Amino acid sequence: MAIASITVSETPLVLYTLRRADDALILGHRLSEWCGHAPMLEEDMALANMGLDLLGQARELYSYAARVEGKGNDEDKFAYLRDVRQYRNLLLLEQPNGDFARTMVRQFFYSAFADLYWRAMMKSADATLAAIAAKSEKESAYHLRHSSEWIVRLGDGTEQSHARAQTAIDHLWAFTGEMFEVDASERALIDAGVAVAPASLRPQWLKTVAGVVGEATLALPKSDWMQQGGREGRHSEHLGHLLSELQSMPRTFPGAVW
Amino acid sequence: MATPNTPLWEVFIRSRNGLAHKHVGSLHASDTTMALQAARDLYTRRGEGLSIWVVPSSAITASDPSEKGMMFEPAESKIYRHPTFYEVPDEVGHM
Amino acid sequence: MYTQALNTSDADDRPVEDATRAAAFQARIDAEERIEPNDWMPAAYRKTLTRQISQHAHSEIVGMLPEGNWITRAPSLRRKAALLAKVQDECGHGLYLYAAAETLGASREELVDLMLAGKAKYSSIFNYPTLTWADIGTIGWLVDGAAIMNQIPLCRCSYGPYARAMIRVCKEESFHQRQGFEIMVTLARGSEEQKAMAQDALNRWWWPVLMMFGPPDQASQHGDTSTRWKIKRFSNDELRQKFVDATVPQAQYLGLTIPDPGMKQNEAGNWEYSAIDWDEFKQVLAGNGPCNRDRLAARRKAHDEGAWVREAAEAYAEKRRHRQTAQAAE
Repeated sequence: MAIASITVSETPLVLYTLRRADDALILGHRLSEWCGHAPMLEEDMALANMGLDLLGQARELYSYAARVEGKGNDEDKFAYLRDVRQYRNLLLLEQPNGDFARTMVRQFFYSAFADLYWRAMMKSADATLAAIAAKSEKESAYHLRHSSEWIVRLGDGTEQSHARAQTAIDHLWAFTGEMFEVDASERALIDAGVAVAPASLRPQWLKTVAGVVGEATLALPKSDWMQQGGREGRHSEHLGHLLSELQSMPRTFPGAVW
Repeated sequence: MATPNTPLWEVFIRSRNGLAHKHVGSLHASDTTMALQAARDLYTRRGEGLSIWVVPSSAITASDPSEKGMMFEPAESKIYRHPTFYEVPDEVGHM
Repeated sequence: MYTQALNTSDADDRPVEDATRAAAFQARIDAEERIEPNDWMPAAYRKTLTRQISQHAHSEIVGMLPEGNWITRAPSLRRKAALLAKVQDECGHGLYLYAAAETLGASREELVDLMLAGKAKYSSIFNYPTLTWADIGTIGWLVDGAAIMNQIPLCRCSYGPYARAMIRVCKEESFHQRQGFEIMVTLARGSEEQKAMAQDALNRWWWPVLMMFGPPDQASQHGDTSTRWKIKRFSNDELRQKFVDATVPQAQYLGLTIPDPGMKQNEAGNWEYSAIDWDEFKQVLAGNGPCNRDRLAARRKAHDEGAWVREAAEAYAEKRRHRQTAQAAE
């Protein structure tokens, strides 16, 4: 790599905002990998629309983090000049696309959370986050609708699609716990009314997820072992490869404007 | 083996409040729900719509173009159905 | 994005179906009336249009691949969003066009199967590789620029559904060329390395882009029928010249050199370009371009790996119909 990573002053609000921005960017990037390769052209349109929504969320969140940090960073520096250990996204979202079932289950688990999360964040004491939440909530609600419809069709479709959907659920389940975790820095923001306590969203999330999964004749795993680490920058091996692709241009041509 | 056909749907969009739904095109989808979502994703990317209808293409019954004469020409001679057929004296003003 | 003039027509060599109808049809065309799906039309008109519109659709879909190659590597988030939206638009345009082709009686599935089997053509421009980010700028600037030249006259094509699809496509595509040109302007104002990247891309794309307009007029065999039917309103060479004349000043603005040392402006103000290597064009069309195999392989892979998803959706719809029927019977 020809150019060094930036340093970030991770105050609680900067860190909190970057975590959500990274979620949106990484999932949006994953969805953009489908472009031109989806199972049907209509679904190519849908995946790109979701990807664009998420890229838009990421850009607004990065820009806000940059303003709060006030150290001359911007959306592109955050996206392109942080190393894997500086990324703060959920492990769930960096998992590879796999087959269409894997992609849809990942989307469904996350959107079922994001829909509740952004709706709750509309009441944030931070006016910018509340405004971003108001926009993101509508987008997430549609992502949830779309992915839910697919979960039902894959689960209750053919024997093969059922098996693939169940495999995807079994594989990704262990990554869902991280969505509901908080650390000390987030707890302070929750107390200040800036952030919402994600644990309070879990019962409703589980109800939504279990409802759709049940309708799809699929089952949620019994295991409650959950993977963690993304929020602290301890990622799966997949993220490094994603970033080396995502960041290749700015890393190869230091300082260039594109 | 040939790929099996997914049903075809006709899409109608109301672009603004107060306007009627207008035919914008068609798409393929396995069922009504997916047709509606595909219509949203394909035909309203630039904020073109406030409301969408999807109708199975097979549900549309169309008039036969070869019967155009019988179907539509008889109406053309009924000029007395149009306001301009009647004379109103200028001094009466707008009516 | 479009496609070279894929405008070979089927000569109307069947026994005259119905001389009176054919004459009435031509009279409607001459009167600039639009032909609609259920109207009577000569079989050759239907066949020509089905082929042209479906090849145009295939071009949009295959055309997603070269630019899609850079979505995950776009150098800024702004560029990434614009590129993803643009490539998605190409998919949308493919869908509008397949829908227009289907009004002529063919199904999208049949048409796609022909393409996947290598039996239907798509624009040869997409068989060239995108090697650097400058290629993305160049495609937007030149390939979309050429496409627009081709597509604007098609908005007045005699076949209603095709003309309407093209109006929608042209409206949406207005951002594509600007997006590409903006990338080129940024490169032209950048470092020496970036300028070299832009020049290299122009060098590689210039001649293939000129080929997009199709064979020279004297070599094109069936232009007459397409013109008579008002599917085609300008000749290949006319459009090509219009494109060159529009592009030269843009290249000058960018400080780039068109890779044609023999090019000169004539007294009428038109830029005369050197001879085009039609052997290369024929080779690429015959399947021997740098990326033909990769492009088809990518489309086949998406199609094959998506089969179980499409089957699941069908199976679910079938189950739902059964359940509804059973419910209604209760």
